[in-house]
Amino acid sequence: VEDREVHYISLQGVIGETDIDDRYGDLDSRTDSDISEIPASSDRTPEILKKALSGLSSRWKNWWIRGILTLTMISLFFLIIYMGSFMLMLLVLGIQVKCFHEIITIGYRVYHSYDLPWFRTLSWYFLLCVNYFFYGETVADYFATFVQREEQLQFLIRYHRFISFALYLAGFCMFVLSLVKKHYRLQFYMFAWTHVTLLITVTQSHLVIQNLFEGMIWFLVPISSVICNDITAYLFGFFFGRTPLIKLSPKKTWEGFIGGFFSTVVFGFIAAYVLSKYQYFVCPVEYRSDVNSFVTECEPSELFQLQTYSLPPFLKAVLRQERVSLYPFQIHSIALSTFASLIGPFGGFFASGFKRAFKIKDFANTIPGHGGIMDRFDCQYLMATFVHVYITSFIRGPNPSKVLQQLLVLQPEQQLNIYKTLKTHLIEKGILQPALKV
Amino acid sequence: ESESEAKVDGETASDSESRAESAPLPVSADDTPEVLNRALSNLSSRWKNWWVRGILTLAMIAFFFIIIYLGPMVLMIIVMCVQIKCFHEIITIGYNVYHSYDLPWFRTLSWYFLLCVNYFFYGETVTDYFFTLVQREEPLRILSKYHRFISFTLYLIGFCMFVLSLVKKHYRLQFYMFGWTHVTLLIVVTQSHLVIHNLFEGMIWFIVPISCVICNDIMAYMFGFFFGRTPLIKLSPKKTWEGFIGGFFATVVFGLLLSYVMSGYRCFVCPVEYNNDTNSFTVDCEPSDLFRLQEYNIPGVIQSVIGWKTVRMYPFQIHSIALSTFASLIGPFGGFFASGFKRAFKIKDFANTIPGHGGIMDRFDCQYLMATFVNVYIASFIRGPNPSKLIQQFLTLRPDQQLHIFNTLRSHLIDKGMLTSATEDE
Repeated sequence: VEDREVHYISLQGVIGETDIDDRYGDLDSRTDSDISEIPASSDRTPEILKKALSGLSSRWKNWWIRGILTLTMISLFFLIIYMGSFMLMLLVLGIQVKCFHEIITIGYRVYHSYDLPWFRTLSWYFLLCVNYFFYGETVADYFATFVQREEQLQFLIRYHRFISFALYLAGFCMFVLSLVKKHYRLQFYMFAWTHVTLLITVTQSHLVIQNLFEGMIWFLVPISSVICNDITAYLFGFFFGRTPLIKLSPKKTWEGFIGGFFSTVVFGFIAAYVLSKYQYFVCPVEYRSDVNSFVTECEPSELFQLQTYSLPPFLKAVLRQERVSLYPFQIHSIALSTFASLIGPFGGFFASGFKRAFKIKDFANTIPGHGGIMDRFDCQYLMATFVHVYITSFIRGPNPSKVLQQLLVLQPEQQLNIYKTLKTHLIEKGILQPALKV
Repeated sequence: ESESEAKVDGETASDSESRAESAPLPVSADDTPEVLNRALSNLSSRWKNWWVRGILTLAMIAFFFIIIYLGPMVLMIIVMCVQIKCFHEIITIGYNVYHSYDLPWFRTLSWYFLLCVNYFFYGETVTDYFFTLVQREEPLRILSKYHRFISFTLYLIGFCMFVLSLVKKHYRLQFYMFGWTHVTLLIVVTQSHLVIHNLFEGMIWFIVPISCVICNDIMAYMFGFFFGRTPLIKLSPKKTWEGFIGGFFATVVFGLLLSYVMSGYRCFVCPVEYNNDTNSFTVDCEPSDLFRLQEYNIPGVIQSVIGWKTVRMYPFQIHSIALSTFASLIGPFGGFFASGFKRAFKIKDFANTIPGHGGIMDRFDCQYLMATFVNVYIASFIRGPNPSKLIQQFLTLRPDQQLHIFNTLRSHLIDKGMLTSATEDE
């Protein structure tokens, strides 16, 4: 390393100005150990907590801070659930923006690219574009009746993809025009960094909102399972941990992993049982144009109606019951909890690897004792996609309101043709009686 | 040889100072076939380069015509191959930049992710277009029903393999390559699938946009060569405003003429359909309104110039003006993006596949945005969603949802006057 440094300094004298690209070009190929650590931001623990815990030793103090903040976050979560789906949507949006901000800030620090002012504008602009695109797609589906009323909204919905694409293009052209001679590589890196971040944070958050509209239970059970897995794996590891799990995260142990798995499955099972009773959690979220708000009222589907299952023989002997009354959803919750316990941690390892790669301790210092928002949400990363794919594959097909929306956009002749096809199909299946003339 | 070529092109002239400090990425050996080399050995270096480019351009255009003649299936295969080659070129640049040849997992993982994403996209398109075929065969039906789940599982496996393959001293490199692979997939694979979607809409939607971009390339070069004076953008010193504007007008005219010629033939204008009985692709239909000659009144200002009152045109020709405009005005930004990329990573060309032209990516950089634009244009202005896809989605819904939608559609049609209660009796 020293030789290379000397080489650069001598060339500086000869050429007069070191090409920044070259400095970073070399940065890319150097191994991790050569890269200096990025300075951590200042500690943000509130003063009150510090004074209250000043008596305790450092280890227990950290434990208490984490504990208090954990309870605070869980209470906040309950509060927002109580306030309803709209608040939840806002919360998800807020978290998405904060995660994006955290990852982009890391990118700036890694590449020392604060002096490219266009970049911050362009990153936020792209975030806006992609959000506009996604919200337009979801909003159009769920607010179909509301949208049909307003003329301007109709226009925006009809040409939504074109408008989103035009907005994105404007950003792309601005990027190309903003390329500055000595900073090409940096700018391309930041461009790619922005896009990958958008891919990770924005798509996930929209899948979360899609799941939410399916029914709040599809939002609550997965997220709680991941949080439960985090906490129980930590506790099991704390009390029984012996065998390390993966070199990437030395604090994780096999005991924690397996203990966390079983606890999370049990927790998911119980949480599903408790939540399945209430229409508030179980019904798809709908927007009623008359009351201009979200309502969750419906006839619960079969998934949320108690059914009796015959127990397989070995469980019969253990529980000494012939049958058991379960909600079918609880069976699905086992699949969700299993994913949360087995694959969710990989999201955590990915984030750990990322932090080691860029030599940062935490994504940010937003939450005292815990780090940034991304630190809390790294395991949730894959969960949202899994739940969404699970719902579309096993629970229901495509979204009915979206199908209706698309039908209404077609040409009248096409609509008529489809109408006739559907009528034949429905009569065949016996869903529609041919004699009815209503 | 590469030094003299660089001076002739003048493109990398500004980089030549920094060449001393950092060695540019090693250029592969010159691939010009021997026969061309000998035939042109007498000419000076500059004209030789011009001739090589010219001959290869004609060869590529002839090749393009041949595969159009061979039909949609061959076109799809060609698109697929171009996609794989572009992916390979960009990933190889990544390896060269990061000196990461000694991470053997990486090559496997990159190709694995390419396979996954292709599987996902092909599954989605194949299910739409080959619907009846898929419903017949049992294994295909299951694969298509749980398609998203299967694709997601495949991707997850790759993701977990990546996490498990993280090696202590190479974290940063590995994350860079992971990011590089994903961005490349985003660019290359999505574009190629949009191209195939456009192709299925009708071969004219594939041929006219691509030809417009190629024409713009050539025309801008010609205008620049003969009349070029004012530089356009610092990024590409060879481009000039004269070339840009001349290319724009030439491309619009070319687009109008080409659409006029092509709109007459069914094989270009009809959507590509898969015929279950003959097990092949057919392009046979009643051409839509877009491809039927109509009379238009010429606005007053042009009337005096041309001396005609009305003109017979295909409506598609109006759309072709939009397509050519995009190809001429925004397409070049794709080219500038690729130029910036090459300068950022100090490479002259993406690869050396085509003698005189560089890699496949060099030829396709302007096409990058065109495919997305055409797809968005078709979806927004030409047709709405695909009716057969809608019926498919409808059939997977629950009966009560189906009934609800059916009733809503019925009231909507009655409102519009398309349906009256009396016709229900039929």
